[in-house]
Amino acid sequence: MKTIILRTASTYLLPLLLMFSIFILLRGHYSPGGGFVGGLIASIAFVLHAFARGLDNTKELLKIHPGFLMPIGLALAFLAGVTPVLFFDLPFMTGIWYPGQLPVIGSLGSALFFDLGVYLVVVGVTLTIIFTITESA
Amino acid sequence: MTQQLVLYPLLLQMFLSIVLMFCWRKISWQRVISIVGSIINVGVSIWLFSYIWENGTQIVLAGNWKPPFGIIFVADTLSATLVLLTAISGLAVSSFSSASVVAARLKFGYFPIFHFLLLGLNGAFLTGDIFNLYVWFEIIIISSFVLITLGGEKAQLEGSVKYFTLNILASMIFLTAIAVLYGLTGSLNMADLALKVAAIENRGLVSITAILFLVAFGIKAAVFPLYFWLPDSYHTPPSAVAAIFGGLLTKVGVYALIRVFTLIFVGDQFIENIILIMAVLTLISGGLGALVKNNLRKVFSYLIICHIGYMIAGLGLFTEVAIAGTIFYLIHDIIVKTNLFMVSGLIFRMRGTNSIRNLGGLYADYPKLSLLIAIPLFSLVGIPPLSGFWPKISLIIAGFQAERWWVVGAIIFASLITLIVIAKVWASVVWKEKKELPVRLNFRYFDKLITIRKAQMIAPMIFLSLVSLYIGFGAEHIQQVSSRVAGELMDNQQYIEAVLGK
Repeated sequence: MKTIILRTASTYLLPLLLMFSIFILLRGHYSPGGGFVGGLIASIAFVLHAFARGLDNTKELLKIHPGFLMPIGLALAFLAGVTPVLFFDLPFMTGIWYPGQLPVIGSLGSALFFDLGVYLVVVGVTLTIIFTITESA
Repeated sequence: MTQQLVLYPLLLQMFLSIVLMFCWRKISWQRVISIVGSIINVGVSIWLFSYIWENGTQIVLAGNWKPPFGIIFVADTLSATLVLLTAISGLAVSSFSSASVVAARLKFGYFPIFHFLLLGLNGAFLTGDIFNLYVWFEIIIISSFVLITLGGEKAQLEGSVKYFTLNILASMIFLTAIAVLYGLTGSLNMADLALKVAAIENRGLVSITAILFLVAFGIKAAVFPLYFWLPDSYHTPPSAVAAIFGGLLTKVGVYALIRVFTLIFVGDQFIENIILIMAVLTLISGGLGALVKNNLRKVFSYLIICHIGYMIAGLGLFTEVAIAGTIFYLIHDIIVKTNLFMVSGLIFRMRGTNSIRNLGGLYADYPKLSLLIAIPLFSLVGIPPLSGFWPKISLIIAGFQAERWWVVGAIIFASLITLIVIAKVWASVVWKEKKELPVRLNFRYFDKLITIRKAQMIAPMIFLSLVSLYIGFGAEHIQQVSSRVAGELMDNQQYIEAVLGK
């Protein structure tokens, strides 16, 4: 798989795909998209990088073990769900919204953090599975 | 503060699993977190139970979406009781597994997955939405797949293939049944379904949907023609895993059966007869299976099946007395079965085998522990005044009142068989002369464990035995709880009013 075309392309594709995944994550609230799809696209970016450059380079790029993203993502999603219970005495998972509008993102609410958690969990799970399979192959 | 109380057990379990995932490699931390968290969980569950006991059914609207559109969580007395029992068994198994499960298995995320399993169980007991129930079932079976295969021994993988196949099949049937039900009524909220299903004119279609649910939950609960996966898989994982499986996993199926057939599909004579026939055959075949097996854990696995029959029989008789018997049996069974599988784990650690033929001389070597083991064994048989005795009275009375003599006969027959099986186990494991077994190298025998590990294995058994004794000697309290649950279940209007607020 280590052809020069793929290797050159992967250098440009990695940041592009990552940006696209964040775009998909952010548009997910009312339009098709969201944390799950975004996370899959982000993991595709890394998988493609691993195919072109070898697994070790990708691991170096990631700095942390992808499995560690799972508890971080879960914790983020959990906090997004628990915040209304702890601070507003509203039921679990009630959406808490920032009253104003933010540039780029639009309305900011706890749902976004939940989706971000899903995004991280999906990236973590997918990369852990694929890296493990690649290593053992 | 108390408004969200219903969800606290769920949130606590989820919090615990996330914290445990952060300590992935630190096994000794995980042991402490799991045990301390489980103790807190028992406290929270007692709080929930006493709150429900005083204030009646409570609901929480997840995401603040109003029923019947949003997912709701409902804690009536049955749910609160089962959450409390889950917490008690969870605490016992958490302590037991930190001593008995080998470190190689603990390293691969045993404790986080264990708490995810408890999360799924709590969720299944508390949810008021049938699709959400399916999701909790998925969480339960995914966690149980991990727990049953963790370690990757050959026998384990063989057992887990059977477990996996039939449970996935059950989930598929469950999902199909939900789809049909949604097609018929356009709703997923259980209380709303109860109203809408009652209004459907085409009763044949409703009966068929009910049968789909019966098959799906029947596989999960391991009733007569659908139980073959259970004895083939439950003896393979570590005994701590088998304890939580045997104590709680099949009971989720029973819970789902009770919930669905007292709330949504009510008063169908045809279904009730089918349930009764299944119950009688389960009682007989489970008992006979236990009679011929030699592996201690296989014997206990067949006894699980046999005793599921009692609960299903109570559901099939469908009178208030019978349902009270079912609930009492459920309470007794969860505690005793969890304890029994821990007993089998302890015996395995002592002798290095679970084959009844090769075991023996336990009383000569460990007299005090043998007496401790006697409590769950004889509670299971139901020698008065131990805990298994009382629910059978309710069930037999209900059988007499309904003039279903064959059900009464099967109940007595199964009790007798259980007595024979347990007497056989007791005589050959505890009393028989010790056989010289080959000493297994690289095996951590009970005597070689350090004191704190020994305590971690014995303490949960003492704890559960005390709970069992309380159920037996304080039967009046348990009977009060069961009668109240039965009253709530027989009058499904209460549940519907609590949820929909009409």
